[in-house]
Amino acid sequence: MFYRENGQFKTSYQADQQIFPIAQDRWAMAFLLVLALFVVPALASDYFFRAILIPFAIMALAAIGVNILVGYCGQISLGSGAFMAVGAYGAYNFFERIPGMPLVLALVLGGFSATAFGLLFGLPSLRVKGLYLAVATLAAQFFADWLFLRVSWFTLDSASGSVSVNHLEAFGQPIESALSKYWFCMALLIPIALMAKNLVRGAIGREWMAIRDMDVAAAVIGIRPMYAKLSAFAVSSFIVGVAGGLWAFVYLGAWEPAAFSVDLSFKLLFMVIIGGMGSIMGGILGAAFIVLLPIALNRFLPWFSDLFGMQASTAAVSHAELMVFGGLIVWFLIVEPHGLAKLWSTAKQKLRLWPFPH
Amino acid sequence: MAFFLETLIGGLMAGMLYALVALGFVLIYKASGVFNFAQGAMVLFAALAMARFSAWVPELTGLDHFLLNNFIAFALAAALMCVVAWAIEQWVLRHLVNQEGATLLMATLGIAYFLEGLGQSLFGNDVYKIDVGMPKDPVFVLDSVFPGGLLVNKEDVISALIAAALVVILSLFFQKTGTGRALRAVADDHQAAQSIGIPLNRIWVIVWCIAGFVALVAGVIWGSKLGVQFSLATIAMRALPVVILGGLTSVPGAIIGGLIIGVGEKLSEVYLGPFIGGGIEIWFAYVLALVFLLFRPQGLFGEKIIDRV
Repeated sequence: MFYRENGQFKTSYQADQQIFPIAQDRWAMAFLLVLALFVVPALASDYFFRAILIPFAIMALAAIGVNILVGYCGQISLGSGAFMAVGAYGAYNFFERIPGMPLVLALVLGGFSATAFGLLFGLPSLRVKGLYLAVATLAAQFFADWLFLRVSWFTLDSASGSVSVNHLEAFGQPIESALSKYWFCMALLIPIALMAKNLVRGAIGREWMAIRDMDVAAAVIGIRPMYAKLSAFAVSSFIVGVAGGLWAFVYLGAWEPAAFSVDLSFKLLFMVIIGGMGSIMGGILGAAFIVLLPIALNRFLPWFSDLFGMQASTAAVSHAELMVFGGLIVWFLIVEPHGLAKLWSTAKQKLRLWPFPH
Repeated sequence: MAFFLETLIGGLMAGMLYALVALGFVLIYKASGVFNFAQGAMVLFAALAMARFSAWVPELTGLDHFLLNNFIAFALAAALMCVVAWAIEQWVLRHLVNQEGATLLMATLGIAYFLEGLGQSLFGNDVYKIDVGMPKDPVFVLDSVFPGGLLVNKEDVISALIAAALVVILSLFFQKTGTGRALRAVADDHQAAQSIGIPLNRIWVIVWCIAGFVALVAGVIWGSKLGVQFSLATIAMRALPVVILGGLTSVPGAIIGGLIIGVGEKLSEVYLGPFIGGGIEIWFAYVLALVFLLFRPQGLFGEKIIDRV
């Protein structure tokens, strides 16, 4: 009753092509943005910022990047952690080696390093497909692990690849407080998400989706597979690289190569699959799910064991966490294989009729 | 020359062990089209079960016979792996029929997390030892040909023999028994197999049981070599290049791929490693597999991928 497009006439091509053609969607999005940018920060505590909001914003960015490659172009990648690592260490090198390098520029240049790395490891995708490619992308992961651990040039000769940055500032403002960090992440997340959304609904996004749905047929109708696949790798690894730089600079502050291990790659892929493949919204929802789940489990499980009068050790709790995490993921894949984004669109469909039965 | 041969033999032995883990991947992929990322977790789970059972069995029964105890523990662990296989089929796979490859892959990753957690909550998270009476001492062979002979690890030879025997038994099982024929039929074509009355669900349970058994053997061998600990789950990562190099659907491919990767890894580490910083084993295996894939995208022995529009 309240959520329907009746009576909203489009009188120009511009109106027809906007991202949110329905006024209610536009209002909801504006409301969400105000909520995310002003209301939540006003209410959130320092812990809430550092443990939930900042990792969520950065992981959402990374998940959007992975979703372009996996969800839109159909190239399953298990090497996203490596792209993040390259972004992080690339940005670090630009930041430390060039005096007076602005933070944002360093992050973007880190993103471009990740692009170069992604293009290199995207080349096999022209020949190798499907699960073979998924395993082959692990090569990128292990190569990056090794590179930043053993080649000390990249880490300015620090021991075991652990490096740190401090005195971050952007546009003359120091980025030290939790709030400024959150806003900084948001200031990168929102434009990049918008850019990604526009890319995937433009010509190039259609090419990616054609390649995903059937690459031979796409090639037959004149889509260049090399151009489409490599551009997907480039865009995806750029976004993931920027997210990696943010993760290292803003969230971790001091990090080592293990921060970008294969576990991170798996987590990113979980975000994409649980959020919904081929949906920008899905990346954000999936990131929220995967960031929140361990924290929720960490809080909830000790309380649960107390309820039954059991004294659970920290080891037992962490094992139980692992089990519940795995179990929930399997359960989720069974009940909603198309992810949270699908639930979202189903909810929208239902809203059209609500509260009437027909 | 002697050093080169030693490295080569070491690589071949390691390759057989990788092949053992890779075999688990191939069996499940062939029969159900699931790329089972949980294989590493299954190895860890099986090894943990074996390590704990072999400690518990003598305590409970008071038996003092080394071999018998180990045998009972092994049988119990194998039974446990069958329960795991049944549970996976019952609660996961059955509900995910006809899903995309990526979804199934993620589901097995979820299973992997679950099994890692379950194994450690059931059996504890200390480092355990598995002692099945494997000889630990190295021997020297071919004294007459090389001065000082070649240093060969007896344990490695025995485990390579066990792995080879397992492969032979599995091939016989697949080729000569009725169940094996049904398994091959399912691997060829799910629908055709189902239409002539082969129960798909039971076949899947059997295949996962076999994969669990292979995981158990791999777990026992790796566990007695390295000790049973969490890092055992990561050997799946070492076996993945073997799987894609040999081809996802080929049992002999897993063996040959294992040998190539094992040898390549060891030789690169010894001869290439010192120049570029060492520790290159893991990624070198992947890059080696990738190079092979560029020439044969379906692996050395995999079924040819035919694209139709």
